[in-house]
Amino acid sequence: MEQIIFYIFGAGAVLSALIMVTNKKPVSAAFSLIVTMFCLAGLYVLLDAHLIAALQIIVYAGAIMVLFLFVIMLLNVEEKEGRLRGKILLQLAGILIVGYIFIKIVRLIGNGDLPAKMEGAIQGFGTTKVVGLMLFTDFLFPFEIASILLLAAIVGAVILAKAKVD
Amino acid sequence: MLAELIETIAKIMFIFGVNMGFFTPILGWVERKQSAVMQDRVGANRADIFGFRVIGLLHILADAIKVLTKEDFVPAGANKFFHTLAPFISLTPALVTFAVIPFGGQYEIFGHKVNLVIADLDIGILFIFAFASLATYGTVLAGWSSNNNWSFLGGMRASAQMLSYEVAMGLSIIGVIMVYSSLKLTEIGAMQAEFFRWGIFLQPVGFILFLTCAIAENKRAPFDIPEAESEIVAGYFTEYSSMKFVMFWMGEFLEIVTISGIITTLFFGAWHIPFVSNEMLLSIFGFAGPDGANILTMLINIATFFVKIIFFIWLQMTIRWTLPRFRYDQIMKLGWKILLPLALINIFITGLVLLVK
Repeated sequence: MEQIIFYIFGAGAVLSALIMVTNKKPVSAAFSLIVTMFCLAGLYVLLDAHLIAALQIIVYAGAIMVLFLFVIMLLNVEEKEGRLRGKILLQLAGILIVGYIFIKIVRLIGNGDLPAKMEGAIQGFGTTKVVGLMLFTDFLFPFEIASILLLAAIVGAVILAKAKVD
Repeated sequence: MLAELIETIAKIMFIFGVNMGFFTPILGWVERKQSAVMQDRVGANRADIFGFRVIGLLHILADAIKVLTKEDFVPAGANKFFHTLAPFISLTPALVTFAVIPFGGQYEIFGHKVNLVIADLDIGILFIFAFASLATYGTVLAGWSSNNNWSFLGGMRASAQMLSYEVAMGLSIIGVIMVYSSLKLTEIGAMQAEFFRWGIFLQPVGFILFLTCAIAENKRAPFDIPEAESEIVAGYFTEYSSMKFVMFWMGEFLEIVTISGIITTLFFGAWHIPFVSNEMLLSIFGFAGPDGANILTMLINIATFFVKIIFFIWLQMTIRWTLPRFRYDQIMKLGWKILLPLALINIFITGLVLLVK
């Protein structure tokens, strides 16, 4: 049962990601990205990370992508032919990087170096309580750094927008 | 295993039946009848069978026939795929979110523990927020795909409004989560057995903030600018007819029920009757044997829960037909400059009180 659900969400994520990259209509592409996010959340649930799954949907699928759609619709972004057309060097670089990562992943799986499923490694893995405790004890510093980074981005966005308004 | 499966299916059938079979059609009638009563009109009394009008209840039947037989059109130049998909995206979250709302406590019947919630998730309330945030796409895509400027304006207004109020809505219930220190709606409900431990006494500000944001999320008056029939025809569903049109309405009515369910669970003691504990009920029903007493208590708790839900549906309907529509800038000001800071202050004060205690 779990395997079937995994394949459904996995195939959904890969397919919608492919559509997102290949589709030329901005709204369709954005919508495929939403489906990808949703399928990823489903995969998180299968990994017992319920909180991350909920946050994935609330933040990425529910909030950020609404903004994406809002901007796409507001600016009425037109269909565009690939901007990379003709730039063979860039295309080649892209293929090389993606190919390298792909080979690495295949090797990693082939070696069996992936950690086996952590059965009972942490009591109550993935629950809100455990994730919260970890965030505010062991990982407090990275957590705060990330929030400062976000704050800086917000301040930057406001300043950039204000310069245009004034 | 089999007993659990049967239990789960029974609970799903029950919630689905109550929501789709009772609340959705009845609310269509309540909306008209209550507005008529409040505006001193006669209202919703034309449909009849052999002259019997049954206070307009036959309009439900007439509506169903009309909806099923009307032509379902897609406007020229519309994006057919998204135009068809949008009403489904609107309706599904409204149906799914009720899965984590408990409509009763835990009972032991014939040696089998019954927990009256479809899915007792650890993330509880976050599940509702996750799916509620997806409902935005139904509205936005409906507005965009219709190839109509009115619809488009409605969709744009909806995306901005729902995004803004989601933030304040999420923050408004953090106080409740802090007080009960749990995300599980079943646990929050169980902790409100005592009358003065109800959420409304511990988090009065949270209740008002949540109710306001929830009505705004549901896009009903005074927050109905995405629809705004006096400005932009019918907003995002201008170009919808027949079954797809009704699906938007069903989604809206179901969300009213879900909001009432969340408010009841978080702030108004869930399935508990004030000053009457379940132990008292069990001892009163002692004559029916342990199993009989449990079943009777369960039925009374379910009835209590739905009576509270009906009260909050009435409250939302009354608000909808009392207040005039806000302007777009007023809505944005209210959301970002009043509700959001208030929610943050509420969290801060709740934290202080919890720390001192």
